[in-house]
Amino acid sequence: MESLAMGGYGTYVWTCFGLAAAVLIINEWRVRARQSTVYKEIEVRIKALEESA
Amino acid sequence: MWKWFHQLASPPHFYRIAPIFSAVLLLPGLALIAYGVYAGLFLAPMDYQQGDAFRIIYVHVPSAYLSMMAYMIMAVAGGIGLIWRMKLAHAVAASAAPLGAWFTFLALATGSIWGRPMWGTWWEWADPRMMSELILLFFYFGYMALRAAIDDTAKADKASAVLALVGVVNVIIVHYSVEWWSSLHQGQTIMAKDGPAMDPGMLYPLLANIFGFTLLFGSLLLRRTRTEVLFRERRTRWVKEMILAPEGQS
Repeated sequence: MESLAMGGYGTYVWTCFGLAAAVLIINEWRVRARQSTVYKEIEVRIKALEESA
Repeated sequence: MWKWFHQLASPPHFYRIAPIFSAVLLLPGLALIAYGVYAGLFLAPMDYQQGDAFRIIYVHVPSAYLSMMAYMIMAVAGGIGLIWRMKLAHAVAASAAPLGAWFTFLALATGSIWGRPMWGTWWEWADPRMMSELILLFFYFGYMALRAAIDDTAKADKASAVLALVGVVNVIIVHYSVEWWSSLHQGQTIMAKDGPAMDPGMLYPLLANIFGFTLLFGSLLLRRTRTEVLFRERRTRWVKEMILAPEGQS
């Protein structure tokens, strides 16, 4: 518990590390989500064009 | 060498090899961050003036460094795109902007939280380092807003590249603000004139996190750029062939 309290600065320190983790996770998720969305949109459009041709 | 660069700049080639390079950066990046965070939080000695609050440095400095690094990548890539009309360079610039904005936000937020117990304030409007970093965030927002406002991709690339190049002046101001003006913010620590002004037990986890964050940023940038390339090339033959290939690749 003592090491978590960080000499009374625990709230500040852990908030900063939590924010950093959140930013990294959000960016990782956004990169994956965008790739998946763009790929699927293009796939749908190209397959629709192929079927109509 | 030039042949390799030309090959790399080819959209289909880049799209194929980006995941390999991304993985190569991601794994050591995560390992370095795991070490840096653990050592920074639990192994590094306490600062004699700031106590354990100084441990915020292990996320603040890497994010502040990346906020400037991402901007320089954005500006240089934009410049290369303008001069050599390289499409991949514009895709890199466009992809670096949101990542840079996130790291700038993180640098500002962690700096503000660190400032509260150390300086007695969350924010100081007259401080040159804080204000120039905030202006950096606005440059990122301006860059992304400008791109979003122009429908023609080629025009958006050119206009946003010019804006990115203008903003380099602000990055220089961010970097040297603590030397040029009186600031609440401390001066250079790692790049101090007489070498790093830190105990090795504090320095090594910090360096690990700086390199780890940079590798992770590189991995994210490669994958973002890959998606940007796919979107820009969506009407080309190679994308059509890739989508219709029996095995498919996402």
